Amino acid sequence: MSILTLIPLFPLIGFLINGLGFRKIPKSLVAPIGIGASLLSFIAVVIVYLNFKENPHVIVEQVFDWFVVGDFKVSLSFQLDQLSIIMLFIITGVGTLIHLYSAGYMSHDEGYGKFFAYLNLFLFAMLLLVMGSNYLVMFIGWEGVGLCSYLLIGFWNKNPDYGNAARKAFIMNRVGDLGFLIGIFLIIQNFGTLEYLEVFEKAKSFESGSGIIVAITVFLFVGAMGKSAQIPLFTWLPDAMAGPTPVSALIHAATMVTSGIYMIVRSNVLFTLAPATLEFVAWIGLATALLGATIGLFQNDIKKVLAYSTVSQLGYMFLGLGVMAYTSGFFHVITHAFFKALLFLGAGSVIHAMSNEQDIRKMGGLWSKIKITAITFLIGTIAISGIPPFAGFFSKDEIFAHVYTHSKLMWALALLGSFMTAFYMFRLFFLTFTGSFRGTDDQEHHLHESPSSMTIPLIVLAVLSIVGGFIGFPEVFHLPHGLATFLEPVYEGSKAVLPTFGEVHLDHNTEWLLMGVSVAVAAAAILLAYSIYGRGKGIPAEDSEIGGLKNVVYQKYYIDEIYTAIFIKPVLAFSSFLGNIFDTKILDGLVDGVGKLVNWLSKYVRRIQTGSIAFYLFLMTFCIVLILAFNLYPFLMEAAAKPEIQIPGK
Amino acid sequence: MITLLLILLPLIGAFLLLFLKGRPQSFTKNVALVLALSEFLIFIYAACGFAKNKGQLLFSADWVKELGIKFQVNLDGISLLMVGLTSFLIPLVILSSYRVAYKNASVLYALILFTQSALVGVFAADDIFLFYFCFEAALIPVYFLATYWGGERGPKITFKMFVYTMFGSLLMLVAFVTLYMRGQTADIAALKQTAVLLPPALQHLLFGAFFIAFAIKMPVFPFHTWQPDAYTESPTPATMLLSGLLSKMGVFGLIRILLPLSPAGFKDYATIAIVLSLIGLVYGSIIAIRQNNIKRMIAYSSFAHMGLMSAGVFTGNLSGIQGAILQMLAHGINAVGLFFILKIIYDRTGRRDLPSLGGITQKAPVLSVLFMIILLGSVALPLTNGFIGEFLLLKGVFDFNPYFGAFAGLTIILGAVYMLRLMQRSMFGNITHNTENFTDLKTSEVLVLAPIAAAVILMGVFPNFFLKISEPVVLNLLQLAK
Repeated sequence: MSILTLIPLFPLIGFLINGLGFRKIPKSLVAPIGIGASLLSFIAVVIVYLNFKENPHVIVEQVFDWFVVGDFKVSLSFQLDQLSIIMLFIITGVGTLIHLYSAGYMSHDEGYGKFFAYLNLFLFAMLLLVMGSNYLVMFIGWEGVGLCSYLLIGFWNKNPDYGNAARKAFIMNRVGDLGFLIGIFLIIQNFGTLEYLEVFEKAKSFESGSGIIVAITVFLFVGAMGKSAQIPLFTWLPDAMAGPTPVSALIHAATMVTSGIYMIVRSNVLFTLAPATLEFVAWIGLATALLGATIGLFQNDIKKVLAYSTVSQLGYMFLGLGVMAYTSGFFHVITHAFFKALLFLGAGSVIHAMSNEQDIRKMGGLWSKIKITAITFLIGTIAISGIPPFAGFFSKDEIFAHVYTHSKLMWALALLGSFMTAFYMFRLFFLTFTGSFRGTDDQEHHLHESPSSMTIPLIVLAVLSIVGGFIGFPEVFHLPHGLATFLEPVYEGSKAVLPTFGEVHLDHNTEWLLMGVSVAVAAAAILLAYSIYGRGKGIPAEDSEIGGLKNVVYQKYYIDEIYTAIFIKPVLAFSSFLGNIFDTKILDGLVDGVGKLVNWLSKYVRRIQTGSIAFYLFLMTFCIVLILAFNLYPFLMEAAAKPEIQIPGK
Repeated sequence: MITLLLILLPLIGAFLLLFLKGRPQSFTKNVALVLALSEFLIFIYAACGFAKNKGQLLFSADWVKELGIKFQVNLDGISLLMVGLTSFLIPLVILSSYRVAYKNASVLYALILFTQSALVGVFAADDIFLFYFCFEAALIPVYFLATYWGGERGPKITFKMFVYTMFGSLLMLVAFVTLYMRGQTADIAALKQTAVLLPPALQHLLFGAFFIAFAIKMPVFPFHTWQPDAYTESPTPATMLLSGLLSKMGVFGLIRILLPLSPAGFKDYATIAIVLSLIGLVYGSIIAIRQNNIKRMIAYSSFAHMGLMSAGVFTGNLSGIQGAILQMLAHGINAVGLFFILKIIYDRTGRRDLPSLGGITQKAPVLSVLFMIILLGSVALPLTNGFIGEFLLLKGVFDFNPYFGAFAGLTIILGAVYMLRLMQRSMFGNITHNTENFTDLKTSEVLVLAPIAAAVILMGVFPNFFLKISEPVVLNLLQLAK
């Protein structure tokens, strides 16, 4: 067994041990098993990477044939290349930190073992998703992470609201999965295989803009919309915050929700061949970025603000992909994994300190009370706002530069979103950490910094949020763009089908200017946020006092209510109609009607049974005549048609 | 010879059990279980023989010599899988009733074994009249089971089921007699040659007769209205037999009888059959969403699943048929597991309506984990047994017509909707006064559910093991149909 296979195997084993042994394994062993599985997997990734560095060739390793139908074969196999390596590092690296954090965060929970089992299972599924060498292995992981997301959102399953949030996530993801599946069927029909290398090789012979490729990419993107919470399938993600906070950090910020971006970068040849789809992706991404940002402006639940900011940031990633800046979009996946995981874990630390309070109106003045959390949270906030030299600046700036060359309108809108991002993030920061404490005395009494198992991950992620952007310097700095160089082989197909791929026409002056504008916008937003919310001012009103247009935004544009009205209610009504009326009364009524008809007829037919022998004889004779006539008729007709027919025996 | 033994053992066992009337229940239960397990062991032996390409699976004897009707049974790849499913499930059905005291238990178990004997006969028959005989014979014991051990409305509902399916079977008999008259043989393999040469108009009539017979049996929309009531009102062993095994006779009939014996009809009317099947799939799923009676919900879900299998067969492509075969196995296993879990819930709480349930996971974690695994199988999560079947079926339908494929794909959304609702309302949420004294699984119950859960995962990870067995037969069939 190779080291590559071991990567997903460790978390699987961890899941089995903690899962089967739940309530039997002593609590002190649970976390070491869970964290250990993740850490071993990370070490395996490092080893695999070192080997790959020496001999940088794509490795495809088959584990076994999953199923074969005629000429169509799907094997369970893994592919290691530059793209999967980066994803592996994010998943196992950030994953291990979050496992460690969970050991502290979940320590008082009765479902401690179950939680680690689920986390390990998630890692396993997520690793399959990025390691698969074909679309169906990706689909295993795709649905697998959906299951884990469902299990973890509904982790505290006694609460029906959490259960509903979990179901909503699973079902909405399944809507996207249907799109993905249709995309897969189209790929099979047109390429005869699902193996990436074969599909992408064959794709090179397709014309740019060919209908079939557009169809395939659109359906794949529908899958991405579900998993990565894009319009119109985004409403599950904010509700998913019902899950424990480490889950929000790992699944709903750093890894799972970026699967859609991974999928598109993986399939970059296909998308490059479909400019129409890319344009669609860009607009959906931009619209989602703006929608998420506007909702984020007024949210008062610390996790909800972060959730909408995730929706919005994912939108930026798709915007980048849509303008064919695959590396930039993916760059943002990396930096976002650092700073958003940091922010969520920081939020978790705040919630932990505040005795499970999540409303920022009841916080305030936490800066001095929980110093490590506060400082790291500030670092995350700066990073997401796009202030250099923090990580978020580099990736976001790169996306913006590409968007600018694509369309100035899009760039302006994106900049607006960026303004809102910096604003609501600093609003969150000021309301939470500055001013004076607004919670209860009880909460104030319990205020404490989190244990080191929780603060260490915060510190590590804070460092990464500062330096993480250095893997990709802008061109004007005359420093190497490590990420772009590393990922170059991944776009070999795109270059083959589009000779101009990867060339950016942007002179240095413009680039400096763009950078200056976005930094200025972010700085302005921060100042505005400070002037409104700084030093304990501008505490948002109670829910009931929010009115007018602001309330529409606060209520998330009533999108959930609209979906309920146009999808859920009609389906339920239809279901009732079919179940209570059509099926049972009408259709079954017809069947019963046939039975009744027979009964009714028998009332009359049985009168034939008179008991009179003479009548029976008559009937018998009559029928014999009828049968004879019936049988002779064709013969007679034939005879009539051919008068000269020879009568046998004459 | 072994095939004959597979038919005879449960038959003899059934008679044996009838003689044990009046003995203590635990004794008859054990005898029945031992018989069913020996049948399973014999099957394993037969399967090993099959794998090594030896072992005498063919058995032939004159039945009605004057008419050339033979008692000829054999196991090909498809039959082997179906007989395997039967002999895997029957011990579980028997074991699932271990904790219930039925009146006249020995008769109940005898009837279960009678059913098994007839089922094996259907799956192994090489002769149309033997097929017909066993097809009918399988229903009779289930009829008695449902009538005598069922709910208050049992007799009326079962009678309806019996008459309805009998009506379909009569059409099949007419079709068989017609084929027999034309071909002067009752041998299925020989009749394939006859059927191809029949005038299309006649083949269309044959198709109609076969289709209605099997559509009622599976059931397929709009011939399904007997099914929700019958599944709901029957005692659980009968429901398990009906949903797990008897419904599969319909799909099996499509593959073994309808496809080869009315090829022109199959070609010309496949679209209509697929449309009806897919309507049933979506229609049944939508109805299941709102059912509060859990048994009725799974009944509708079962009906929906059958629709997809039927559609898969009618696509006439390899994916569709292979998917249908694999899904027969998966659905058979999952349906038995689900109905058993519903029975456990009912036995413990006396309730079948969702609003009075909830919070069971807090009281019975083992049950809820096993429930979750089987549920994931039936919502076709990858790496569970439901996935490959459903994937191949949807692919088959998609290859037949992409719009049909997309429509059929709604099942992956709707299935999740009603199944997760079932999970949420029964297992999660707050404990109600009905569930506050819920106890977790007993050993005999674990012994039923654990093999099922294991099968859900093993079949999902290694589906190729099963696909390989049936593929040559299906390819051969498709070759003929061309």
